[in-house]
Amino acid sequence: MDLDASPMTDRVNLREELEAVGSEEILTQLDRELIGLKPVKTRIREIASLLLIERIRKRMNLTTDTPTLHMSFTGNPGTGKTTVALRIAGILHRLGFVRRGHVVSVTRDELVGQYIGHTAPKTKEVLKKAMGGVLFIDEAYYLNRPDNERDYGQEAIEILLQVMESQREDLVVILAGYGDRMEKFFASNPGFRSRIAHHIDFPDYSNDELLAIAELMLHDMNYKFSDEARQAFIRYIAARVTQPLFSNARSIRNALDRMRLRQANRLVADLDRMLDADDVMSLQASDVLASRVFLKDKS
Amino acid sequence: MRITQGCFSFLPDLTDEQISRQVQYCLEKGWAVNIEFTDDPHPRNSFWEMWGLPMFDLRDAAGVMMELGQCRKVYGNSYIRLSAFDNSHGWESVRLSFIVNRPKDEPGFRLERHEMAGRNIRYTTKSYAVDRPEGGRYG
Repeated sequence: MDLDASPMTDRVNLREELEAVGSEEILTQLDRELIGLKPVKTRIREIASLLLIERIRKRMNLTTDTPTLHMSFTGNPGTGKTTVALRIAGILHRLGFVRRGHVVSVTRDELVGQYIGHTAPKTKEVLKKAMGGVLFIDEAYYLNRPDNERDYGQEAIEILLQVMESQREDLVVILAGYGDRMEKFFASNPGFRSRIAHHIDFPDYSNDELLAIAELMLHDMNYKFSDEARQAFIRYIAARVTQPLFSNARSIRNALDRMRLRQANRLVADLDRMLDADDVMSLQASDVLASRVFLKDKS
Repeated sequence: MRITQGCFSFLPDLTDEQISRQVQYCLEKGWAVNIEFTDDPHPRNSFWEMWGLPMFDLRDAAGVMMELGQCRKVYGNSYIRLSAFDNSHGWESVRLSFIVNRPKDEPGFRLERHEMAGRNIRYTTKSYAVDRPEGGRYG
């Protein structure tokens, strides 16, 4: 991987090595900025440790094959799969397992062509762009359409598998999608399952975690809840979680966007008022309670 | 006779690692590296055929090297060159090109004399390789 041959060493100070690499920084950032996701964080920590040791082993000339780093992320919508993929790319880059550390995020559209002979160049182009970094395939199960035997998805899968196997040191592939459908996808493509070393499942967030996420998002947008609004939002989460089409953090983000709309509308309604920074920053209980979620609750 | 055109052509042939580092240099400059091949070695032959599509937006040389490997499998006994295209305003042209693959056996050129009126002579160079039809020029 490193083109400059490093001298062989027999003693390594782990702490110094860790600091030199700087992956710890990204890991703590991950802990701080991503709420919940305990199993995911533990798994990433494990992978990071493995890679650190692997790096040291290489310096001691205890060579092994490049570890397989392809991963699959399964979990419900809005559980942070894409966000984590971006961070993983950073960690792998720091540890020197990918050379550039960029993420190319694609879906079926960018891999599969529309007519015969269109798929292979398309898939290869994406693969070439992703080399030296991470290829993130969102909703990977759409690649395969078992109901349509003339579908070109299978061709894309074959090219992917071939490159995943032969160019492990150039490219890390991360497949993401909802749990049950990924399960079916792997069942019909056993080659994929065996080439992926790390299957990471993203759990749903608890209500407390969702509140913490909301607070963090608001903080980033320079907004805040008033105390009553926070109480109302706790009830909002409890009601929203039970409704269909709930997609975790994404639903929270959308809810916050709608509350900002209502807040703006409320402020504009009273034109003669003098506003201070606190007024434009805080969301009031009425902004939360106007939500459709509560309407349904009452009826 | 070893033909010399493009960059590095007076140096010994570049190894794959050297090619890969040159490609990486080009990519870091923001140039698109493309693969071209031909079996007509004349220095004025500017119509080389392109292998695959132009490769824009690459970040790492591995992608180019993968294509080069495949091109060599098919046209291993022809000339293959890499050209780095700069699409930035004001340049919009090839900034660097170098040969990365050549036939095992390069027969060289002969000088042809064309006699004109009044004992004038015009000279032209012609490769021995192009005496054979396209596709069969290098064995």
